[in-house]
Amino acid sequence: MTTKTETRTYPITVTINGDPYNISVEPHKTLLWVLREQLNITGPKECCGIGECGACTILMDGKSVNSCLVLAVEADGHEIVTIEGLGGPEGLDPIQQAFIDEGAVQCGFCTPGMIMSAKYLLDNNHNPSEEEIAVALSGNYCRCTGYKNIVAAVQAAAVKIQD
Amino acid sequence: MDTFKYFKPQDIQEAFDIIQQEGESVRFLAGGTDLLVRLKSRHIVPDAVVDLKAIDDLNLGIRIDGQEVMIGSLTTFSKISTDPIILEQFPALADAASEVGSVQIRNRATIGGNICNASPAADSLPPLFIYDAKVKLMKKDSSRIIPIDSFLLGPGKTALAEGELLAGIVIPIPASDQAASFTRLTRRRGADLATINICCQVFRGGQTRFAVGAAAPVPFIVEDPSGLLSDPSGDPAAKRAIVEELMQAASPISDVRASKEYRQAMVVNLALRALDNAMHTLGGQA
Repeated sequence: MTTKTETRTYPITVTINGDPYNISVEPHKTLLWVLREQLNITGPKECCGIGECGACTILMDGKSVNSCLVLAVEADGHEIVTIEGLGGPEGLDPIQQAFIDEGAVQCGFCTPGMIMSAKYLLDNNHNPSEEEIAVALSGNYCRCTGYKNIVAAVQAAAVKIQD
Repeated sequence: MDTFKYFKPQDIQEAFDIIQQEGESVRFLAGGTDLLVRLKSRHIVPDAVVDLKAIDDLNLGIRIDGQEVMIGSLTTFSKISTDPIILEQFPALADAASEVGSVQIRNRATIGGNICNASPAADSLPPLFIYDAKVKLMKKDSSRIIPIDSFLLGPGKTALAEGELLAGIVIPIPASDQAASFTRLTRRRGADLATINICCQVFRGGQTRFAVGAAAPVPFIVEDPSGLLSDPSGDPAAKRAIVEELMQAASPISDVRASKEYRQAMVVNLALRALDNAMHTLGGQA
């Protein structure tokens, strides 16, 4: 009789928010799980777990991805930025500040993922139209705000970043 | 998710060795946007997962090779939707790539994974059918190139043999007297699969072709050789009648996205919309 493979762990080297980590991960754990449960980086949220809601959005090598659909082992050798990696001692990232100023946060659960998607958009498009913002955020669900203030916040952040 | 052995071969020969050694319960990981969903639901429970992303032979990017364009199977939809070669030569494929999932999905999901999953609703398939794409398949000691329509055998079923990998897609550069467009019906952009997706290609003063997805077990192609559909001054009612006749080939099912009857009605409207868009593009080229 054969039993299911015993869980072994795999060593990975990953940069998270500028800090290097050498950790061991189980092959079937998602990057989201390892960030939250193993490293206590809890900005990325688990909601749908199947890549539809965007609450777990992070940047991987500068590209927005659903961390619930990336295995932690796949992050070996890559650079991760979560919401915790934005801003610094000098203050909040302009996108974070714009979300506060425009009232784009209600319950806040979608906010970290929403801001990371906005970050990816503004890194690649300095002057997005309203339509481009809507498309860029279409993989992020908000069940509170109706999106209006979120779009306004991204527009305000774009202006601030250009100044 | 149950555990599994994880392999990341550094070249294709190593991948073939692992496949041989691990046997049938192996699953391939490219972007993971479909695979992880199925692993989490325990729809599939493999003994081993082979991560293909370090294999150069599958990672050739997008390049022109004579009269053809080669797309490596690991190329993401983000790349395809913005690549200058694809935008110039295969705009309908770029459009389809830009409508797959969300930004986050497109940053991971690969064209090779989309083809090999063989979903009837896969957005890359109608344009690949229209552009007469072929797939390059590699085994340990051999490789073969077959047309995309003979690769897809049914929902989730492909002609991929055991121990064989999809290395890339080869598409002939199309003639200059044609234009193609992609149209998609979905319940919510950014998350849901296509309810129907259609690619239409018109040749100036010649035939019109439609490739239709999510309306049969695999996408299908229908053609109007008469030239009536590509006639800018053609009677709209006559055109609609031709499209209705062509779309009799659809055999949709009812599912969570739409009823069979709704799909049968919408497939005609979407085809006409795709035709309009393709004609508009062709007109702009004149």
